Amino acid sequence: MAAVTSPNQNLKTSLKYLLLILVALVFVFPIVFMVVSSFKPDAQLLRDTSSFNAFLPVGDVSLDNYFAAFERAPVGLFVFNSILVTAITVIGSLFLCSMAAFAFAFLEFRGKSIVLSIIIATLIVPFETIAVPMLMVVNALPWLGSDGITWGWLNTYHVQIVPFLADALTIFLFVQFFRDLPKELIEAARLDGASWFQVYSLVIVPISGPVFATAAILKFLAMYNQYLWPLMVTQSEQYRPVMVGLQYFFQLNTAWGEVMAYLSMITLPVLAFYLFLQRAFITSIASTGIKG
Amino acid sequence: MKSLRLLTTSLAIATAMSTAAFAQTELTMWYHGAGSTVERDLINTIISDFNGSQSDWTVTLQEFPQAAYNDSVVAAAVAGNLPDIIDVDGPVMPNWAWAGYMQPLQLSEGALDGFLPGAIGKYNGEVYSVGLWDAAIAMYARRSTLEKFDIRIPTLDEPWTREEFDEILATLKESGEFEYPLNLGMADQGEWYPYAFGPFLWSFGGDMVDRSSYQTAEGALNGDAAIEFGEWWQSLFTNEYAPGTSQDMADHETGFIDGDYALQWNGNWVAVNTLNALGDDVLFLPAPDFGTGPKIGGASWQFGVSATSEHPEGASAFIEFALQPEYLAAFSDGIGLIPATAEAAAMTENYKEGGPLEVFYGLSEAQATLRPVTPGYVFQALEFRKALSDIANGADVVDALDAATDAINDDIARNNNYATAQ
Repeated sequence: MAAVTSPNQNLKTSLKYLLLILVALVFVFPIVFMVVSSFKPDAQLLRDTSSFNAFLPVGDVSLDNYFAAFERAPVGLFVFNSILVTAITVIGSLFLCSMAAFAFAFLEFRGKSIVLSIIIATLIVPFETIAVPMLMVVNALPWLGSDGITWGWLNTYHVQIVPFLADALTIFLFVQFFRDLPKELIEAARLDGASWFQVYSLVIVPISGPVFATAAILKFLAMYNQYLWPLMVTQSEQYRPVMVGLQYFFQLNTAWGEVMAYLSMITLPVLAFYLFLQRAFITSIASTGIKG
Repeated sequence: MKSLRLLTTSLAIATAMSTAAFAQTELTMWYHGAGSTVERDLINTIISDFNGSQSDWTVTLQEFPQAAYNDSVVAAAVAGNLPDIIDVDGPVMPNWAWAGYMQPLQLSEGALDGFLPGAIGKYNGEVYSVGLWDAAIAMYARRSTLEKFDIRIPTLDEPWTREEFDEILATLKESGEFEYPLNLGMADQGEWYPYAFGPFLWSFGGDMVDRSSYQTAEGALNGDAAIEFGEWWQSLFTNEYAPGTSQDMADHETGFIDGDYALQWNGNWVAVNTLNALGDDVLFLPAPDFGTGPKIGGASWQFGVSATSEHPEGASAFIEFALQPEYLAAFSDGIGLIPATAEAAAMTENYKEGGPLEVFYGLSEAQATLRPVTPGYVFQALEFRKALSDIANGADVVDALDAATDAINDDIARNNNYATAQ
C-alpha cells in the first residue's frame, strides 16, 4: 500500500529540513569564511566582512596568503610535529586507557572503586593548576635516548607525549562502555581458556569500535589543540606544534589573510581525521550489532 | 732541522688559531619576533656582525612569537634554563628584575647618551634593559576634516585642551558625517589599554599607583582626578563619541581610512599604511592636555641579560654592539618604530628631518611617560584594563575605580610590598 502523506506532513518535513539546514549553515559558515578569506588580500578581506561577500570567493583571489604563510613560519614543520605528537599520544592513550578500563570493568582487586574514583576525580583539576609543577617534574626527569641518559625533557617530542598518554576522561569513557558489554562474551571466552589479555585483545577490542573512535576523536582534538604545555616546554622551534605556530602570525599589523591561510592548512588534518573515524564509527556499530 | 722548525711553528699557529676559534663562548639569545621575517633578518644581521667582530663570544638566536613570549620566559625561569640574553617589554622589566629573572647591564660609560628616555629600562637605580627603538601614539586626523569643521591643528607646544577636545568631538558627532568621531581601538583588550589610555588618566592627574612609594593605589586610581577622568571616559561612550568594547576589529583597522571615524588614537606602527592610503591629508597630532600636560606612553621592547647568565659581560657586550646607530636605523626602517637616538633617526627614511613620521620622534621625546616602574605594574595593568572596560560598558565610575584600587592594594600586600630581596 502506497504511503499517503498529507500536505501538513510535507510542510512539517520541509520546515524540519529548513531548520536543519539553517543549523548546519551556522556551523559551516565560519569554516567557509576562513577558507574563502584565505584567498583574499587583507584590505579586501576586512572590507568584505561587512557583507555576504565574506563567504564568497570574489574580488582579488589568489594563493598569495599561502605562499606568505610558508615564508613567515615553518608551517610544514609545525603540522608534522603536531601530527606526530598527536598520533603517538592517541595510539598510546587508546591502548593504555582501554587496558586500564578493562581492569576496572572486568577484574576484581582490592580498592578498585577507590582507585577509579580518584582517577575520575582528577577530571575536576584544571590543567593550568598543575602545569608549573609538571614542568618542574619533567625538567628533572631522566630519559634514555640515542645519546644515553640525559636529564630534563624540555625541547623534545616525548615531553609533549608521555604526560598525556593516560587521562581520566578516556579511561572513564572506556569503563562506561565496557560495563555495558554482555558479560556472557567474557565468560564464554574464559571458559574456552582465553587469558585476560586474549579476552581484551580478541573479544573486547573488536567489538569496542564506537568507544575507540569516540576516545580517539576526543583525544586527537585535545592533543592537536594543545597550546599551554608545548608553549612551556618547547623553547626550540624544531619541536613546536601548530597552535604555538599560530602566534607567529599575530604582529603589530596582523596579516589576517595569512592567518586564515594558516588556519585552513592546520584544520585539514582535523577534518580528515574526523571524517575517517566517523566512517569507522558507523561501520563499527553496523558490524557489531551493539548499540549504545 | 729547518723544515722541522717550520712544521712545529705551523702546527703551533694552527693550534693557536683553532683554539681561538673554539674559545668563542656561546651566548644564547631569545627574541620575541618570530613570524616577522623583517625582524628575523635584522636581528640575524646584528648577530652575524657581532660574531664576526670579535673572538670571545658567539650569539645564537631562538625566536618566539610575541604573544607567547612572556609565558615562555616565565616557564623557562621556573625550569631554570633562561638564555643569556632576553628581550623584554619595557613595563614588564621591573617585574622580571624583581622576580630575579634579570640582572643589571654592564654597559660602557656613555653608551646610552642621547637615547630616548623611553628606550632605557631603569629599575632601582640600575639599567636592566635598553631598547633599539621606542613606540609612540598620536591622534590621527585628516587635514581636510579639521579645515572643513574649522578645527585648530594642535602643536606640541599648544595641544588641544580638554574643553577644546570635547567640543571637537561634539562638533564631529553633530555633523552626522561619521559613524563615530573618535576611534580608540577598544576591541584590543591587551596591553593596549594601559599603554594607550593610561596617559589620559595621567594627564588628568591620576595614576594606576601612587608613584611616590609604589605601595598603594589609594588616591591615585580613585582620587578626584581619577574619578574626573573616569567620568570623562564614560562620557565618550554614553555620548557615542567612540565605539565601545564590542567594536569589530575590521572596523578598527579600516574605519579611519574609510572615513567612518574622524579621529583615531593609534600607534606609529600603522602610520605608514595610513600615509599610503591617505597621503598628505593625514596628520599625526599630539595628545590632548587634560590638565597636567599632554602625555603618551613610553617604552617598547628592550634587550636585557638574564640573572642566570654565566657570561653577563658577553651578553652586555652584544647588547652594546647592537646599539650602534646603523642598527637602530635599520630596525626603524624595517619595522617602522622610532629609532632610540636622534643620530639614528637622521639616518632613517621616515624619521629624518622632513621625513613623513618625524613628528613621532618629537612626540616621543616631548610627551612619553613611562608606565609605573614597579614589579606590580603587570597586575596593575590588568586591573586598569578591567576598570576601563567596565566603565565603558556603563559601570559606576567610583565603584569600578575603588574595586581596582582595592585589588591593586591587595596585590601589593600579598607580594610583601614588592620588596626587593637583599
